[in-house]
Amino acid sequence: MINLTINGLHVSVEEGETLLEAARFLGFPIPTLCYMDGLSPYGACRLCVVEIGEGPKAKLVTACTYPAEEGLMVRTASSRVIKARKMILELLLASCPQSKTIQDLASAHGVRRQRFRQEHEDCILCGLCVRMCEEQMMAKAIGFRGRGQSRSIGTPFDIQSDVCRLCGGCMYVCPACQLRCTYTEPEKAVCGGCENLGPPCLEKEQFDDMMCFMDPCVACEIRKD
Amino acid sequence: MAQGYAMKRRRSIKDFEALQSRIMTDHDDAVPTIVIPAGTCCQASGANDLIRVAKRELLDKKLTDTVRLRITGCQGFCQMEPSVLVEPRGTFYPKVDMKTMARIVECVARDEVLADEFFVTPDTGEQIERQEDIPFFRNQVRTVLGRNEKIDPLFIYDYIKNQGYSNLAKVLKMANPDWVINEVKVAGLRGRGGAGFPTGLKWEFLANQGNGHGKFLVCNADEGDPGAYMDRSVLEGNPHCVIEGMIIGAYATGATGGVIYVRNEYPLAIKHLIVALRQARDLGLLGENILGTGFSFDINLVKGAGAFVCGEETALIRSIEGKMGEPRQRPPFPVQKGIEGKPTAINNVETWANIPIIIEKGAHEFAKIGTENNSGTKIFSLVGKAKYTGLVEVPMGTTIKRIVYEIGGGPVGDARIKAVQTGGPSGGCIPDDLFDIPVDYDSLSNAGSIMGSGGMIVMDDNTCMVDIAKYFMNFLKDESCGKCFTCRKGTQRMHEILDDISQGNATNESLDLLEELAQVVKDTTMCGLGQTASNPVFSTLRYFREEYLAHIQDRRCPSGVCRALITYSINEKCKGCQLCIDACQQDAISGEKKERHFLDQSKCIKCGACKSVCKLDAIDVA
Repeated sequence: MINLTINGLHVSVEEGETLLEAARFLGFPIPTLCYMDGLSPYGACRLCVVEIGEGPKAKLVTACTYPAEEGLMVRTASSRVIKARKMILELLLASCPQSKTIQDLASAHGVRRQRFRQEHEDCILCGLCVRMCEEQMMAKAIGFRGRGQSRSIGTPFDIQSDVCRLCGGCMYVCPACQLRCTYTEPEKAVCGGCENLGPPCLEKEQFDDMMCFMDPCVACEIRKD
Repeated sequence: MAQGYAMKRRRSIKDFEALQSRIMTDHDDAVPTIVIPAGTCCQASGANDLIRVAKRELLDKKLTDTVRLRITGCQGFCQMEPSVLVEPRGTFYPKVDMKTMARIVECVARDEVLADEFFVTPDTGEQIERQEDIPFFRNQVRTVLGRNEKIDPLFIYDYIKNQGYSNLAKVLKMANPDWVINEVKVAGLRGRGGAGFPTGLKWEFLANQGNGHGKFLVCNADEGDPGAYMDRSVLEGNPHCVIEGMIIGAYATGATGGVIYVRNEYPLAIKHLIVALRQARDLGLLGENILGTGFSFDINLVKGAGAFVCGEETALIRSIEGKMGEPRQRPPFPVQKGIEGKPTAINNVETWANIPIIIEKGAHEFAKIGTENNSGTKIFSLVGKAKYTGLVEVPMGTTIKRIVYEIGGGPVGDARIKAVQTGGPSGGCIPDDLFDIPVDYDSLSNAGSIMGSGGMIVMDDNTCMVDIAKYFMNFLKDESCGKCFTCRKGTQRMHEILDDISQGNATNESLDLLEELAQVVKDTTMCGLGQTASNPVFSTLRYFREEYLAHIQDRRCPSGVCRALITYSINEKCKGCQLCIDACQQDAISGEKKERHFLDQSKCIKCGACKSVCKLDAIDVA
């Protein structure tokens, strides 16, 4: 067992556990976007940052990838952590406002506006779909390509992959997919998985009000356009 | 030089030492030698033509027995390339053209010098003959770079003649790996890649890892900072010192495999490395059973595919494994789990090049150079608005002032030097009132910059700090691997705000947002690239906030760089020479000969072509 301190509480956790697992087991909430039980942690969304260490050496690390270490001091909701999370959510809202998941998270953290130039990106590159495809579906049909600004997810050469079984796993785990489904043009979809699923946007009329955490609701704004 | 010695495996240390002493006695230092540096930078400025002329002249005039020719790597004075050095006098000829080259060959054969081609100091007009008397060289301590001019990188015998591989022989003879690690620790060598982690400590960690399944040593030659090329010059000019350093390191730590990770944009370095590795293997200095001691170690060359982030060690490891170059969470550190899960120690080219020097000089002697905690020398690539640019090697702790003014010769023309940017895109700008701080890892980081791999960009009044921050942020947004959301999107957004500022579209709130965002990017990213990505913003804001405010509040760029905020106009000094009319691609300037010209603002794209050709200072930028 490993002894560490989480938010001032002395606890013991199993060796090999990550800080996220430890904190969640003990009931400390840590928001995540790119983490999912059953998939390997990746550390892409940075939402799960927690503060470790003390004094000038204190730093933020992602709880999902950082292993629990003996004697570690962890703070899951210090002012530095909260500030960082809010900024991350603001950045997310600025890029991908139409995601229900992101709107809910932002709302829960009291982020109700964003100060950047509004973008409408389909994907936050959390990599859940890539890991889902590789680790649970054993397919490796999709992956990352490019870097920096031009990083994207797709199949090799942008043609439907032979190893894709159209399971729809990628769509199922996607936290930003609400407007991404291209049901009407299945050939444009990342892996063609949509063909198997009832696309969530079909029932959009009903969800209109529920998405209005934002003022003005950006998703509605887009629809107006 | 290569003739006469059999390229055969040396099976014992004694064998090797016999070869070395034979090479040294065979070589007559008094024979005049023409040294032509031909690194990538030298070749770009025309060194290949000089080599061709020199060879032809030597053959035509039948001088091949009396005059030697040596093609080496870059010597560092890149501003004056292509240059020629004549040994043993040490005569230095800057900016040599083909005709002068032929004359130099003639003169060398007659044991004369070409006084009219000497280096001239612009201020005093004084002619300086010998390389070591030129201020650029005189004020340096060239322990690593100084070897470049003595060695033809394609001939291992050249290196062996200059004490090469004798330090390896010394270590092998001593047969005490702990002693080597201790020497490196006592010498206080810190990683030259930028972070400054003590090399001896890293080696000790690696040596203490179990050796059941192999360990790796890596030479990180993925030098990607804009304007920095120290590692390239070392690899091109003296690949053997890196190889020798790695073999010594492997002996000390028990590593079984070595990798040199070099970026594919360095074809000459790759070529020289391939040749050097082959020659070292042929002589039995690398591979199985090195010099008959039973110790085996081999080095592979891995070429990077052009991603800046692959210089980060965990990304580099993934790249070597053939995966996508993106960093991962540490711990576990590479020294615990590196290439294919095996313990791996990664050091920079310059660090490896320093290892043979430590063994040769002794740790205590090495530690005397530089300052406490920052021992040895460091190579900087001094570029930008300095009079003399090139590679500069100085002891740690030398002040920026000394590097910029005494070695670099100060500003070009009348401009005032206002800052130096160190550490590449992840570094920061240091203003001129702090030029007295010593250049070492700790002082630079206290000043808000970093040592980095050693880039040093000099900036004068004509450089806009917002523009500089924007330039580096543009580089980082393209080179971020994109894994961490805050690094990918954060650098994009910071660039967006900086662009707004330079366009005059920003408000005071934008500046607050920029600072807030920069802090979060620094806090929440995984690897060194993201954690230091905010440095260009932080350091320019810390020292040059008034420039930002001038852009935001006055809609004015004080340095006359940001195009959206400046206008060009022609003042009364114009004599109507029509040079600017020819230079303007937009036909924005009109006017009769010998009459003051007129600039049409609606057509002007603010490229600055007119200003650069005007000899009368008649173009105003405001």
